[in-house]
Amino acid sequence: MDRRDTLKWILAASASPLLQRQALGGGQAAGTPALRGGAEQGTGYGSDPDMLKRYKAGEVWPLVLAPAQRRTVTALCDLIIPADDYSPGASAVGVVDFIDEWVSAPYPRQQQDRTLIEQGLVWLDAESRQRFTAEFAAAKPADQAALCDDICDPARAKEPFATAARFFARFRDLTAGGFYTTPVGFKDLGYVGNVPLPKFEGPPLDVLRKLNLSA
Amino acid sequence: MPFVNAANIAKEYDVIVVGSGAAGGQTAYTLCMEGAKVLMLEAGRHYSPGTETPMFQTPDMAPLRGAGTPHKPFGFYDATIDGGWSVPGEPYTQTTEAPSGRFDWWRARMLGGRTNHWGRLSFRNGPYDFKPHVRDGLGFDWPIGYEDVAPYYDKVERLIGVYGSNEGLENTPDSPAGCLLPPPAPLVSDLLIRQRAKTLGIPVVAAHRAVLTQQLDFKRSPALLHPGNHKAQEILARHMRQRAACLWATPCGRGCSVRANYQSTTVHLPPALDTGNLDIVTDAMVSEVLMGKYGSAQGVKFIDKVSGAERVASARVVVLAASACETARILLNSKSAGFPQGLANSSGKVGRYLMDTVGSTLQAQIPLLESLPAMNEDAAGGDQVYSPWWLYREQRAGKLDFARGYHIEMGGGRNMPGAGTLDGLEWLTAGSYGKKFKEDARRYYGSFVHFEGRGEMIPNDQAYCEIDSSTKDRWGIPVLRFHWQWSQHELRQAVHMQKTFADIVGAMGGRVKGGGPITDGAQAIAPGGHIIHEVGGTIMGADRTSSVTDSWCQTWDVKNLFVTDGGVFASNADKNPTLTIMALAWRASDRILDLMRRKEL
Repeated sequence: MDRRDTLKWILAASASPLLQRQALGGGQAAGTPALRGGAEQGTGYGSDPDMLKRYKAGEVWPLVLAPAQRRTVTALCDLIIPADDYSPGASAVGVVDFIDEWVSAPYPRQQQDRTLIEQGLVWLDAESRQRFTAEFAAAKPADQAALCDDICDPARAKEPFATAARFFARFRDLTAGGFYTTPVGFKDLGYVGNVPLPKFEGPPLDVLRKLNLSA
Repeated sequence: MPFVNAANIAKEYDVIVVGSGAAGGQTAYTLCMEGAKVLMLEAGRHYSPGTETPMFQTPDMAPLRGAGTPHKPFGFYDATIDGGWSVPGEPYTQTTEAPSGRFDWWRARMLGGRTNHWGRLSFRNGPYDFKPHVRDGLGFDWPIGYEDVAPYYDKVERLIGVYGSNEGLENTPDSPAGCLLPPPAPLVSDLLIRQRAKTLGIPVVAAHRAVLTQQLDFKRSPALLHPGNHKAQEILARHMRQRAACLWATPCGRGCSVRANYQSTTVHLPPALDTGNLDIVTDAMVSEVLMGKYGSAQGVKFIDKVSGAERVASARVVVLAASACETARILLNSKSAGFPQGLANSSGKVGRYLMDTVGSTLQAQIPLLESLPAMNEDAAGGDQVYSPWWLYREQRAGKLDFARGYHIEMGGGRNMPGAGTLDGLEWLTAGSYGKKFKEDARRYYGSFVHFEGRGEMIPNDQAYCEIDSSTKDRWGIPVLRFHWQWSQHELRQAVHMQKTFADIVGAMGGRVKGGGPITDGAQAIAPGGHIIHEVGGTIMGADRTSSVTDSWCQTWDVKNLFVTDGGVFASNADKNPTLTIMALAWRASDRILDLMRRKEL
C-alpha cells in the first residue's frame, strides 16, 4: 500500500457523528431485546451485565485481530510504553489483549477505532517495508523510532502523515488506557486509593506547604 | 411478603405508588411509616445494592477496562442497569435530529431508579427559587415558598444524611443545627481552586452531598422525624445504625453496599418494608391510571413484564412518581370519555414546560499540580466543594445578559485511572512516546481539573413532550415525542460559564484543554436531557387553568391522584433537583395521610 492508498482510509476512518448519534439516541424502532437486557449474539454485554465477575478479553465477544496484526500491535505498544526502571512494558500486562478486545467490540466507538487501527497497522507495516525492507515488528529499534517520529504528534505531522498520526494518537491512548488501568499501572502512576480508610485526613502537610495552601 | 408477584397483590391498598426512586421511595417511606398500606410498582427489575455493587472492582476486571458504552453510558461499573439514554424496546421519538432541538431521555429501569447512580449533590432551593417570576418576570412562581418546604428539607437531610456547611450566602439556605453532617476535607486541587477563585470574588465552599461522613444520629433523629410513633422510631433507629459511615473509597456512582450514601434502595425502601405496610412489585410497567366512579382514580393498569399479562391494581389514592416524563406519559395515555386529552389535563399542560439544567464543561491542566507525591484522594467519592451562584447583585444591576444563576461543580485529584484518563496527552507532550511518555504520564496524572456549570433553565413553550401515537414500545404502550428549545438566557449563561471557568484556570496558572473557552452558546451548552435533571411536565400552580397540580402535588382534576416526582417543578433552579423532589414528596405524603385520616380521600 503506498501513501496514496491511505487516502482511502482517511475517509473510512473519519469520525462518524451519525454512528454516535445512533448509539445514544432514542428514536430507533423497538427491537426484541431479552427482558433482562441480555446480550444477543454480537451485540455487546447487554444492559444488565454481571458487574462482580472478572472478565477476560475475548470472553464477551470474539477477538478479531490476526496473529500478524497482534505482532505489530505488540511491537508498537511496547515502543510507546517500554519497560523502564519503574515498571514493565505494555505487552507484559495484557495491553495487546486489551487492544484486541477494544477493536473487536460491537459498539459504535470501538467499531470506528477498529477501522482506524486496522488500517493504521497495514500502513505501518507497508511504510516500514518500503523504508527498511522489514515489517514494523522486525525493524531495528532505531528505524521504528524514526518512523514513529514522523507520526507521533498530530499537531506537527506533515502530509502525507496526517492520517497515520491520527492512528498513532489513538493507539497511544489505547496503550495508555490498557496499561494504567492495571495494578502495575496504578503503582507506576502513584494511584494509592481503592482501599477502605477509617478516616480521610485530607492532603499531607508537606504538599500543602509546597503549594502554599491552607486546609 | 414485601416483594410480591404481580399475581399476588392485595385486592385493595390505601395508596399505589408508581416508581421507586427518590420520589417513590420517599412517598412510600412516609406513608408506610405512618401506617398506610402501600403498593409500589416499579418498571425495572429487583436490585439489591448489598450484593450487586462492584465496590472495589478495578477496570482491568471489566470489559473494555470499564469504558462507557451504549449499554453502560457512565462506565461498566456505574450502578445503572437496564438504563441510559436508550432502553432496549422502549424508544422515544424526536421532532428533529438537530442537537439544539433534541431531548435525550435518561431512564433507569431498576428498583431505586436513578438514585442508584446519581451524583448525590443535595442542595436546597432558596427563597428566590420558588418565586422567580416575581423577581424578573420570566417563567412561573411556585404556589409555595421556601418557608413551606424548609421543614421538609430539614427532615430529608436528617433522614438520608447530607454533608455540607452553612455559609450564610444569599439564596443558599443554611440548615438548622443537627441537619448536616460535617463536610469531608478538600483535596489539594480543591484548595488551589478555592485560593485562586477567591481572587476573582468567586466563593468555593463545601458541597452538599448525600454521603455519610459519620454515622447518622440514630438516638435523636428518629424521634424528631416520627414524633409519637414508636414503631417508626424503632425501625428507623435500627436502619440508621446499620448504615455505615463512608469508607473513603470507590466512586458513589457505583452505588454503596454498606449504605454510606443515599439511594432509595438502601435508605427509603428497607425501613418502609420493615413496617410490613409495603408491597413491591418489580417488572411492573404501568401504562395508565384507571378511573372509577365519581371522578376518582380507581387504580392503575400495568403490564407484568415477567408473564406479559396485563393487570390491574386498586387503591384509595394513586401517586405517580415515575419520573417527570414517564408520569406525563402515563397521564397522557390515560384517556377516557371523561378525559379525552388524557387524565388531569383539563389545563392542557400535561407534558408542557419540560426542563433540564443548563450544563457546560471545561477541563484544564494545572502545572502547580504536576508531579505531586502519591496520596490517596478517593475521599468521599464525589465533589467535596462547589461554588454557589454569587452574582446576584450584578444581575440585579443589569450587568449580565441572561437571567438566573448557576453553580459550579468542580474537582481534580488522583482518581482511579480509567480507560481514558490519559487520553490525548499530546497537547502537553508534543507527542512523546517511549520512556518519555511514561515520565509524562507520571508528571501529568493528577494535574487536571474540571469545571461543570449547572444553571437554571427557564420553562418555555417549545420544550415539551407529547404522545407519539404512531410508535409503541415493546409493551404496546404509545411512546413520548420530544420538542426542545433553549432560550437566549440559557445559551448566554453557558457562555458565561465558559468564561468564568477559563478565568479561574487563568488564576491558577493553568491551561484550558481543547482550545476553549467556547464563545458560542449553542456549542457551549450540553444537549437537552444530558444533565439528567428532567423536571416539569405536570407543574404545580395556584390556578387550575395553568397548572396540573395544586401546591400539595394533588392534581386539580382528580382529587385522589397525586404527582410527587420532579414533574411538579414550576421552575428548575440551578440547585440539583433530587433533594427538593424528596422534600416535596414527604410534604405531599403528609397531606395524603391527613386527608385519609379526615376521610376526604
